[in-house]
Amino acid sequence: MKQFSAFVKKEFHHIFRDTRTLFILLGMPIMQIIIFGFALTNEVKNSRIAVLDNSKDAATASLISELEASRYFDIEKNIYSYKDIERSFREGKIKMAVVFPQHFGEDLQHFNKAQVQLVADASDPNVANTLTNYATAVVMDYQKRITDDRQLPYAINTEMRMLYNPQLKGAYSFVPGVMAMVLMLVCTLMTAITVVREKEMGTMEILLASPIKPLKIIIAKAVPYLLLSVVNVASILLLSVFVLDVPINGSLPLLIVESILFTLTCLAFGLLISASTASQQTAMFISLTGMFLPTIMLSGFMFPIENMPLPLQWLSNVVPAKWYYLIVKDVMIKGVGFESIWKETLILAGMMFFLLTMAIKKFKIRLA
Amino acid sequence: MRSVTVNNIIKRYGTKKSFTTALEGVSFEVDKGELFGIIGPDGAGKTSLFRILTTLLLADGGSATVDGLDVVKNYKDIRERVGYMPGRFSLYQDLTVQENLDFFATVFNTSIEENYDLVKDIYSQIEPFKDRKAGKLSGGMKQKLALSCALIHRPSVLFLDEPTTGVDAVSRKEFWEMLKKLKEQGITILVSTPYMDEAGLCDRVALIQSGKIMTINTPEGIVNAFGKKLLAVKSDNMLQLLNKIKACPGVADAYPFGEYHHAVMENGGTKELSAYLERSGKAFELKEVTPDIEDCFMALMKN
Repeated sequence: MKQFSAFVKKEFHHIFRDTRTLFILLGMPIMQIIIFGFALTNEVKNSRIAVLDNSKDAATASLISELEASRYFDIEKNIYSYKDIERSFREGKIKMAVVFPQHFGEDLQHFNKAQVQLVADASDPNVANTLTNYATAVVMDYQKRITDDRQLPYAINTEMRMLYNPQLKGAYSFVPGVMAMVLMLVCTLMTAITVVREKEMGTMEILLASPIKPLKIIIAKAVPYLLLSVVNVASILLLSVFVLDVPINGSLPLLIVESILFTLTCLAFGLLISASTASQQTAMFISLTGMFLPTIMLSGFMFPIENMPLPLQWLSNVVPAKWYYLIVKDVMIKGVGFESIWKETLILAGMMFFLLTMAIKKFKIRLA
Repeated sequence: MRSVTVNNIIKRYGTKKSFTTALEGVSFEVDKGELFGIIGPDGAGKTSLFRILTTLLLADGGSATVDGLDVVKNYKDIRERVGYMPGRFSLYQDLTVQENLDFFATVFNTSIEENYDLVKDIYSQIEPFKDRKAGKLSGGMKQKLALSCALIHRPSVLFLDEPTTGVDAVSRKEFWEMLKKLKEQGITILVSTPYMDEAGLCDRVALIQSGKIMTINTPEGIVNAFGKKLLAVKSDNMLQLLNKIKACPGVADAYPFGEYHHAVMENGGTKELSAYLERSGKAFELKEVTPDIEDCFMALMKN
């Protein structure tokens, strides 16, 4: 036990004396939350649009002012001919143009029917889609208001309710993603590097020639990073609750226990990498390609897994981050209890034991 | 009981088809409390041998024991009782002197206090710097710290792999003084070095070259076995002189040696060589010298 605690103490010395790395380790989650929270977002806000109003009546005026009032649109300019639309798009100034035909108001009054055209820049399909949806919603709103006092013979009204995330905030999906990413980076990458560093520095040679047991070395290496990860989880959760207004709907202890489980999985993977590599560079390369990229691409955090080709969907099942992402989303956002996530938890635990056994098995008791 | 026995150890690196042989059937024995030197140039196989004996590598053939324990079967027991100082400085550079010693003491299930008397002479020299990071120590101090760390658990056998490489002459001398004191404590010491002049400081030495041991003897024994006359010659044009000496009949071998050339005489002596060199009419200085280990090494390599 004394051996073990001396080893853990030594690891903490390594971590705390390398202030630059420590700064990155503890600063990274904060940076990522801030970047994802305020800079990188797939919500569409204040998109610049142009309006071509060929009718210029009361109806178009109130529709335009409603578009203007919504936080999604900024009316960049009014244009006066159809040709100008194309030019404005080419100049790159606008994302969408709204075209009212002649006699818009009259048609609406007399024929109970009028048309409005939305022209969007689909070189970015997601944005185009979102913008036309928003604009349609604004038009529907307006229509509902003017028909409210009249009784229509048949009408189906769709009532939408966005469960768990009524404001459709991006933060609800990236906070779990960032947690997976940060834990992955800290645990896998850092543990892999720290063991391999001992090999590179030659200290492993002395450790191996000493009576300390390999299992002790492995566990002592992992403990400090486990603690660092708990600190990181705490800072991410604090930031998301108090800065990004993402609530923790489920049980906090459950969330923390699941995070520790995922951390252990990452640590085991990092140890496995370190047992099979001899240089810090190789270890870094393998952790980045083997863990970081799949975490970003196949965890469902950036790209929906349901839309992927089947082989990729299968592949995503072996990415631990996918399961952790599901768990965090369920617990944090949906607020479900353990009974709904026991399957994911079991899979994650299985992965952890497998990786850890492999890491211990592969740990060499000699130099070559 | 012998402290270390090495029996026909073979070590190869590489694949079965293309490999280099580091050790080609090395055998020797070291007595308890002996200071045994393994002397040879870089690449002779010294480090491989030490790693096999400290259970860090597996040999491809042969057997070895340390303290009567087999290096393969009883590797765990051996790790409890040997001290090992690798050739490269292998301590934690970001830990202080004190922390390093503390850490290794704990790893070996002991404490600094328990064996302080053993390392006192060595450690007291670096104790004024105990709060300095190990990476910031000078070469000589690093070496003293490494030795302290290797000794802190009172090992019965101490393996020192090229401990004096890259260390200044004064520190080297001090280091050998320390080894002598440790020997008095009854610790068996195996030390490897590429410096031939350090051979004289060992009880017995093995001269190793290309994975083979050429001879094992006391330093005096090796010098006495030289058995030939050795002459040292010096002149203004050393290169020309060397060629001339080599051309002289009766000269078995000639090689540069410090500011002189050494000529090993197969037959004849000072008179013959002197007469031969005088014929060219150039001034030179010639004297008979007693061979040292390096001369013996050169002679053994020739055979």
